[in-house]
Amino acid sequence: MSPVEPVPAPSTSFAIAAPVVALRHVVAVLGRFPALAGASLEVQVGEVLLLKGPNGAGKTTLLRLCAGLVPLVRGEAEVLGHNLRTDRAAIRPHVGLLGHQNGLYADLSVRENVRFWGRTAGASDGEINAALTQLGLDGRLATVPAGRLSAGQRRRTALACLIARRARLWLLDEPHAGLDADGRDLLDDVIRRAVGAGATVLVASHELERAKALATRIVTVAGGLVHNESPDDAGADRGGRV
Amino acid sequence: MPALTAAVGSDMWRTARLVAAKDLGIEWRSRQVTNQVLPFAGLTLVLFAFALDRDDITARVAPGLFWLATTFSLIVLVQRTFAVETADGALDTLRVAGVDPAGIYLGKALALAAQLVVLEALLLVGVIVFYASHIRPAGIVLVIVTAFLATSGLAFVGTLYGGLAAGAKGRETLLPLLLLPVVAPVLIGATRAFEAAFGTRGGEGIRAGVEISDGWPWVGMLAIFAAVFGAAGVLAFGPLLEEA
Repeated sequence: MSPVEPVPAPSTSFAIAAPVVALRHVVAVLGRFPALAGASLEVQVGEVLLLKGPNGAGKTTLLRLCAGLVPLVRGEAEVLGHNLRTDRAAIRPHVGLLGHQNGLYADLSVRENVRFWGRTAGASDGEINAALTQLGLDGRLATVPAGRLSAGQRRRTALACLIARRARLWLLDEPHAGLDADGRDLLDDVIRRAVGAGATVLVASHELERAKALATRIVTVAGGLVHNESPDDAGADRGGRV
Repeated sequence: MPALTAAVGSDMWRTARLVAAKDLGIEWRSRQVTNQVLPFAGLTLVLFAFALDRDDITARVAPGLFWLATTFSLIVLVQRTFAVETADGALDTLRVAGVDPAGIYLGKALALAAQLVVLEALLLVGVIVFYASHIRPAGIVLVIVTAFLATSGLAFVGTLYGGLAAGAKGRETLLPLLLLPVVAPVLIGATRAFEAAFGTRGGEGIRAGVEISDGWPWVGMLAIFAAVFGAAGVLAFGPLLEEA
């Protein structure tokens, strides 16, 4: 097991020899509906974990729980070494969530959007420009308002914002949606680069063929529970942990 | 007060500058104030003039109508400033990004205040032109201080209640219901102070022959209102965003 890199903190520096995500029998409710009903999951640093399962199974809630957006009702949960019940604020600067929405401001240009989200994380101009270049958003496209972009271009802009924010844990909900073939290849390349740079990625996707090729491990979310896949099902034979 | 002291840090002001610049950038691109809020406020003034239809009455009630038009416009501005956050899930991204909520609050309030200042400057011209009102030379300072404090109070309370209503169902109708009763002290205080500066009589009885000095106590009330809601917003905006 690889130790997790130290999480930068304002005044302390410490190494965490723990999983990036450690959920034990967690319960989370949406209204009165238990979207997660005792789910357990461990994710190690550098993993690309594919969450598959039917609609309404709890995949999105699991991702939002890890981002600290959904309160933990029962169970134990740690993300990047921080307790989700007591220390959600400490987790957030290190987590990037790309959900069904892109979090973009329609009236701002691509560059302005990426600059804003990058600046909130203290990114430099160089890092912001690098994020734009990596997603092919430099040049003329950088000046186009986000509201005039195609769905795929908006998705790429949201990914550039994620890169500029330098998140350590990427939580991607249907990231391939709306992207054309080139865009999907670009996304896969971005994810591999992020993992190479030390990030950990959780992907919820229905596009299993593409996502399986990317994943180092696959789990199924069903009925608010997480079920480990058999090694044979974890398409990539890259030592996918179960 | 340790929470308040800790909150007033460099990170909060850096975030406030970022958010204010972003909101003003959005306004610069969308021209919401120019194209929608200003015409709305102008129409409000004109319709009041038509409804009252007597120069002596419109001149007398001009300060009240000015602040009423400003308050109605505030609702439109607040709805807009939070609509851009919820339209594509940016509010969620702000929460996930761990951006200092006190900084978000101050940044949004600052941008809102800047837009209100532009609106008020043009409304003041409208009141002078349409309602045949005039400011007494000795009342100019009173008008400026009143406008500054009332605008601060309106921006603080508007941002706070905008955040409160942001995640609620039916927020378009909920916001005025929540906001209008709370801004009543600003409406009353700013109107009384403007009456003193304009030299208009609010009535035939006790406010007849109002002096400029009569306006300053109301300015004190506006200052207290702005300070209370500014501090409350810095402390409460984080928990409000969590619930949004």
